[in-house]
Amino acid sequence: MYPPIANPTTEPVAPKFGENDIIRRSASTVAPPAQRQTEVAKLIDVSKCIGCKACQTACLAWNDLEEEVGVNTGVYENPHDLTPNTWTLMRYTEWENPETGNLEWLIRKDGCMHCEDPGCLKACPSPGAIVQYSNGIVDFIHENCIGCGYCVKGCPFNIPRISKVDNKAYKCTLCSDRVAVGLGPACQKACPTQAIVFGPKDEMKKWAEKRIKDLKSRGYENAGLYDPPGVGGTHVMYVLPHADKPELYAGLPKDPKISPVVEAWKGLSKYAGMAILGLTAAFGFIHYILQGPNRVTEEDEENAEKLAGGGTQ
Amino acid sequence: MSQTKPSARVRVRRYSGSARVNHWIVAISFVLLMLSGLSLFHPTFFPLSALFGGLQVAREIHPWLGLLLAIGFLGLFIRFFPQNLPERTDWVWLARLRHVLTANDHYLPEVGKYNAGQKFVFWSQFVLIATLLVTGIGLWDQGLAYVENLLGFKATIEQQRWAALIHSIAAVLAIAIWIVHVYAAIWVRGTISAMTRGTVTGGWGWRHHRKWLRKEIEKGSVEKAA
Repeated sequence: MYPPIANPTTEPVAPKFGENDIIRRSASTVAPPAQRQTEVAKLIDVSKCIGCKACQTACLAWNDLEEEVGVNTGVYENPHDLTPNTWTLMRYTEWENPETGNLEWLIRKDGCMHCEDPGCLKACPSPGAIVQYSNGIVDFIHENCIGCGYCVKGCPFNIPRISKVDNKAYKCTLCSDRVAVGLGPACQKACPTQAIVFGPKDEMKKWAEKRIKDLKSRGYENAGLYDPPGVGGTHVMYVLPHADKPELYAGLPKDPKISPVVEAWKGLSKYAGMAILGLTAAFGFIHYILQGPNRVTEEDEENAEKLAGGGTQ
Repeated sequence: MSQTKPSARVRVRRYSGSARVNHWIVAISFVLLMLSGLSLFHPTFFPLSALFGGLQVAREIHPWLGLLLAIGFLGLFIRFFPQNLPERTDWVWLARLRHVLTANDHYLPEVGKYNAGQKFVFWSQFVLIATLLVTGIGLWDQGLAYVENLLGFKATIEQQRWAALIHSIAAVLAIAIWIVHVYAAIWVRGTISAMTRGTVTGGWGWRHHRKWLRKEIEKGSVEKAA
């Protein structure tokens, strides 16, 4: 068992990170803090998950969110997708393993992966609406959010959702408010089987190794850690019994990275665009300086008059 | 070149009142779209959003202005496309672009209502505004919801990414062409009155659009001032 995080004191505690620990800020440049805090991670061990949805409930409770009463379409997923209020969602997949002939019930807790290279932050046009703290947490600052939905296009995991109520984007905060005072995320606190553990990323990786070794000893030879390098690694990681086929787990992408289309939109098109606009304006200016105005002459006017049928006056 | 003040003894009608109102609806919505769009495009232009009361408002009104522009431009398109159809002399004019830029108008063929440069602005803005409209709806949640209701088409996130990329490229090109359009109107003196008063001087017509002037004189749509 991973040692549980101790309960907090009842005394007020100063937050452990904040404004001064921001390493990335949307549509802005930041001076990185001199020292990076220990990177944190949430490790979700799919093999230990019983699909009880305590994490989903704890998330709603801690973040004071309410989900509408849904409809049952014959699957356990409820609601059927992430919403502006459901920041984490249990996704259930029934899979017949062709090697063993067993029916496997694959349950994955979906939600923000807190990428080291966050696509949402790269796409966001509003200064300071998305920040990344030096411990790796990617957080939406709602007072700066303009509801454009660019984060939805930037995200390789299809996570952010735009609220129809206030037109702002919502997703898992990794309970940055709890982590700041030394607690673990609400979902981790609520998990009855320790399928969710939280701590420094290094320790989480070591813990994952132990779990993977255990799974392999029990026949899951493809068990492994999901910490995709395409997005620089993530601060939410999975232990997957079938790590060679992450798509099995409700479409978890095998090699997620920020879409090249988004990279072109936020990179090349910006720089080339600024250059084209600057050059066009400069051309006009220089042309005017060299050429001067193109004036109609008295001769032109006289010619027109002649054409119009003789002079006046 | 004579430096005497061009007289206004002959004035030729170039744009009707409704054409001018139509043009200025397009012009004003274009400028507002450019300001709000640029503030979303690059953080350098973020301060422009203050003109709208913040980036959130700029984001909110941008698509509505876009619809206004698209409808307004459709009006201009229907009005002016017959005069913007390509002619053989357009290629001669383009081949002598050097003389256009150095104002050696006597080397250029006689031009109808629009020269090849103006036709280029017309057709490229037509294509770009159509592109901006389609991709813009792809970036607009309410617009997409409307399209989904109407046609049952639901854009995937990958399609929305392409919409964003294409929208930004088309917008840059449209703004570059707008700069050319505005600059040409400033550089070629006597042009702006066509869109403010509806008329130009006979000399302006003689110098820049002689074929058009001849036709207008034949039609008798020329006013002679005392």
